[in-house]
Amino acid sequence: MYALDRKLLRDLWQLRTQSIAIALVIACGVGMTIMMLSTQRSLDQTRQEFYDRYRFGEVFVELKRAPEPLAQRFAEIPGLRDVQTRIVVSAFLDLESLPRPAIGKIVGVPTLTEPVLNRIHLRSGRPLDPLGTREAILSEAFAGEHGLQPGDVIRVILNGRLQAMTIVGVALSPESIYEIQPGQIIPDPASYGVLWMSEQELAAAYDMDGAFNSASFTLLRGASIPEVIRQIDLLTDEYGGAGAYARRDQLSHKFLEHEMQQLRSMGTVVPVIFLSVAAFLLNIVLSRLIHTQREQIAVLKAFGYSGTQIGAHFLVLTLLISLLGALLGTAMGTVMGRGLTQLYTTMFHFPVFRFHLARDVVWYGWFVATGSGIIGAYSGLKNALSLPPAEAMRPEPPANYRRSLLEVIGLAPLMSPIARMIVRQLERTPRRTLMSIIGVSLATAVIVLGNFSMDSVDQLMHLMFSETQRYDVLVAFAEPENRDVEQELRALPGVLRCEMFRGVPVRLRHGHHTRLVGIQGVTPGNDLYRFIDAKQRVVELPPEGLLISAELARLLDVTPGGEVRVEVLEGSRKKFPVRVAARLDDFSGLSAFLEIEILGRLIGEPQTVSGAYLQVDRTEEAEVLSKLKEHPAVAGVNLKRSTVESFQETIAENLLTMRLVNLMFAAIIAMGVIYNTARIALSERTRELATLRVLGFTRGEISSILLGELAAITAAGLPLGCGLGYLFAMVTLQTVDRELFRIPLLVLPRTYLLAISGVVCSAVVAGLIVRRRLDHLDLIEVLKTRE
Amino acid sequence: MTEQRDQAAGSGVTAPAGSPVFSARGVTKVYQTGSVEVHALRGVDLELYPGEFVVLLGPSGSGKSTLLNILGGLDVPTAGTVRYLDHDLTAGTEAALTKYRREHVGFVFQFYNLIPSLTASENVALVTDIARAPMPPDDALRLVGLGERLHHFPAQLSGGEQQRVAIARAVAKRPEVLLCDEPTGALDVSTGVIVLAAIERINRELGTTTVVITHNVSIADMADRVISLRDGQIVETKQNDHKVSPEQLQW
Ligand SMILES: Nc1ncnc2c1ncn2[C@@H]1O[C@H](COP(=O)(O)OP(=O)(O)OP(=O)(O)O)[C@@H](O)[C@H]1O
Ligand SMILES: [Mg+2]
Repeated sequence: MYALDRKLLRDLWQLRTQSIAIALVIACGVGMTIMMLSTQRSLDQTRQEFYDRYRFGEVFVELKRAPEPLAQRFAEIPGLRDVQTRIVVSAFLDLESLPRPAIGKIVGVPTLTEPVLNRIHLRSGRPLDPLGTREAILSEAFAGEHGLQPGDVIRVILNGRLQAMTIVGVALSPESIYEIQPGQIIPDPASYGVLWMSEQELAAAYDMDGAFNSASFTLLRGASIPEVIRQIDLLTDEYGGAGAYARRDQLSHKFLEHEMQQLRSMGTVVPVIFLSVAAFLLNIVLSRLIHTQREQIAVLKAFGYSGTQIGAHFLVLTLLISLLGALLGTAMGTVMGRGLTQLYTTMFHFPVFRFHLARDVVWYGWFVATGSGIIGAYSGLKNALSLPPAEAMRPEPPANYRRSLLEVIGLAPLMSPIARMIVRQLERTPRRTLMSIIGVSLATAVIVLGNFSMDSVDQLMHLMFSETQRYDVLVAFAEPENRDVEQELRALPGVLRCEMFRGVPVRLRHGHHTRLVGIQGVTPGNDLYRFIDAKQRVVELPPEGLLISAELARLLDVTPGGEVRVEVLEGSRKKFPVRVAARLDDFSGLSAFLEIEILGRLIGEPQTVSGAYLQVDRTEEAEVLSKLKEHPAVAGVNLKRSTVESFQETIAENLLTMRLVNLMFAAIIAMGVIYNTARIALSERTRELATLRVLGFTRGEISSILLGELAAITAAGLPLGCGLGYLFAMVTLQTVDRELFRIPLLVLPRTYLLAISGVVCSAVVAGLIVRRRLDHLDLIEVLKTRE
Repeated sequence: MTEQRDQAAGSGVTAPAGSPVFSARGVTKVYQTGSVEVHALRGVDLELYPGEFVVLLGPSGSGKSTLLNILGGLDVPTAGTVRYLDHDLTAGTEAALTKYRREHVGFVFQFYNLIPSLTASENVALVTDIARAPMPPDDALRLVGLGERLHHFPAQLSGGEQQRVAIARAVAKRPEVLLCDEPTGALDVSTGVIVLAAIERINRELGTTTVVITHNVSIADMADRVISLRDGQIVETKQNDHKVSPEQLQW
């Protein structure tokens, strides 16, 4: 081994604690990258395989009822490859374990063959028997939630008739990887599931023999999706087509895509924070090392080592640290990626979902890690190389201190000599002081970033479930009903308030923008479903004209006063223009509201309602729900409480895990920054501090100089970090799909407090380590050696 | 080479005969510190001959170190030319100077400048690693009488021992030129003598052209030639008829 390499290893050993601190920061960055991007890749790959194997449709359409021969005409649409027609209905699932009805999406499947599209993956049990009757296959999430297994019996209310069906299998479908009820924002497996049954039996129950009400399609390569959609819409128009839509608007796909998008952007952005901190740390440590070794470097040069050799020497040092970080990070990323994948399997239902460590992601992580090492080393190296050897050999001139700014502005009398030393020291190395402050603030910001989601999501939940949806029960009718049904609902014992609504599926057009949405007819004076905007103000329903989500207005490029064309996609299928009266800055989905009477007139079905919001006496809740289940007109009942509970159980739990991991990472950054700053301050001033000790200062007094410096840096970094954290939070929310959610940005004091205490704790630990070193300062040793 | 020196010493002329190793012409060095110009060297003309032992004398600030650094290719003059054999040290690039130092020059500094993280033997190896035909590091250390201290770290050596390691490091690559800037500056008399003896031995046995800077006038007695600087100019050049061995120097 060359002597220079020995020096390298000994220097590294000398710097081991600092190197490990830096390597850990790098490891966090690399680990996050690998975790998020690899998980995203794994999700993508798994999803693609699932879609391909089980032939997930690319375009979908729901309609009222169409004769089977229409399928033939679909097949003639240029660009279409496969067509799958079927019957899909919504029905109550009656479970002993559940006091209220659950909603089932009932899908008819052929029993003799596999369906052409949207096949299912059996997890247990067997396929439907072509000769069997009343057999059903349940979706895994729902079956799991209710402890149902093949052989159990489930009661389903099909077209008003209660039928006991035998569960023969449990399955997954590419259509419901994210099993969420339409109109909801959170999956609630207790209240919503998918059930597959024989298509003949289903057709018989709903008088749909020789007819279908749902179709899926795949396209030939290169086919234009919008054109195919247009053709399908033309064909389905007379059969009550609700507008065809592409896969990207398919509910399960959309949520999955959103999650992957977030992983992608977080996986790209978050590591940047860690790696820039690492680059900064490498920078200060290496600069200091090179500074203390300036004479050694000069000697090397004097003996004919070239600049390149010396540069390489220090570069290898940083690369070794980066490499250690990258190695640790890869291990961390793999472990955390497995964890995250595990977590996703509870949210997304795939036949197999395994974590694959994507090799190019690992390379990317390593590349970025070494890149940050080189960037960090750059200025130090440049100094080392440009140092003229003759110059470096001369003893360093005494450091150039000045009266500090605080003293110049007249605060000197207020400061003790030690305080003056601290302030002058900080001002003498402004760049490093600034960088250290930024480092501390990044640590603070990372904690804020990792924890604000709790605040913001809580706020979203509060605004949605307490301010907007003030009802307890949402009732949906199978078909539009006459307004008179309101009397019946009100008459149910336990119903305190009742507000009716009318929902109409429509296509909104403005210029060349179109969007499939529902217009909701609202009873004036609405109190059970209020309109709340981002500023938490209650928005009144305009007396006439549409109130639409600001996001929808943006997508349609329409402003209040403008007119949109409405194409009703049910019943009379009327087309009419309507003025947009106001925008609503709401939080999820795309909505449009209109006064219920006006809507009824416009669609030519006055006095009709399609559902109701109920406020129910909690003690009589069960009673009300069971009555509703028996009501012939009712097709769906949603208990808000259940949705909220489901959220608490799943999402909140996952958020907690993420927060803990995050807190750990932030602590690593804070420790890394503060410890390294402290060590460097210590190494720069060992002689000075030792001299003070010799002059009779106590250990406490000299450590207060150093620790005071750290405290000042930490104190300055904290408020900056809180601000930065808020900014990061804002940027993060930009990655959320605005069509799905507009999460209000809220960072509560508790989050700032957590961030501050986290960083302060790390600072104290780092301070104690340095303090210990100071206590063991060997005065003679220090004063004897010439730096 | 010894013949040359004897010849030079015996001839009694002001400049020894033979073609010079170094020839400096009109070497000027100006340092610009802020608005102040410091003239460290003001037109130095100088020739050094093969195997010569030269002592540079002069008060502090007279430009000795500056001159030595220029001869060693650590620094370049502001004006004037310096030639080492057929190399022009003032025309070369940094890379050329590095190559020159690597192949031909050995340095000894006042404050030893050993690498603290390397042992004595490793400090020497640092130089032999990049030399063309070096002696084994341990042989170099034996040459300066440190055969017993090969694996000690600098912190475990006395000042004189450290300086001898520095000399071993400088000569291990068998340089043509050995440049020493106050090699005994930080040492007591007896240790200084040991160090000077080591330098003298290398000059004698390896025929290395040696330049030693010192404040100690008595050391001048062991030189072939004594050059005195003042205010950046050579004020006196003295040829010693009798060289005194280090042990006999009068401090
Ligand atoms: N890098 C520099 N910048 C400015 N002035 C310098 C620099 N190096 C040397 N000098 C000045 O040049 C002059 C000559 O310096 P030099 O180091 O050659 O003196 P010296 O003869 O070696 O003195 P000493 O015996 O004290 O070592 C001095 O006045 C010194 O202050
Ligand atoms: Mg000098």
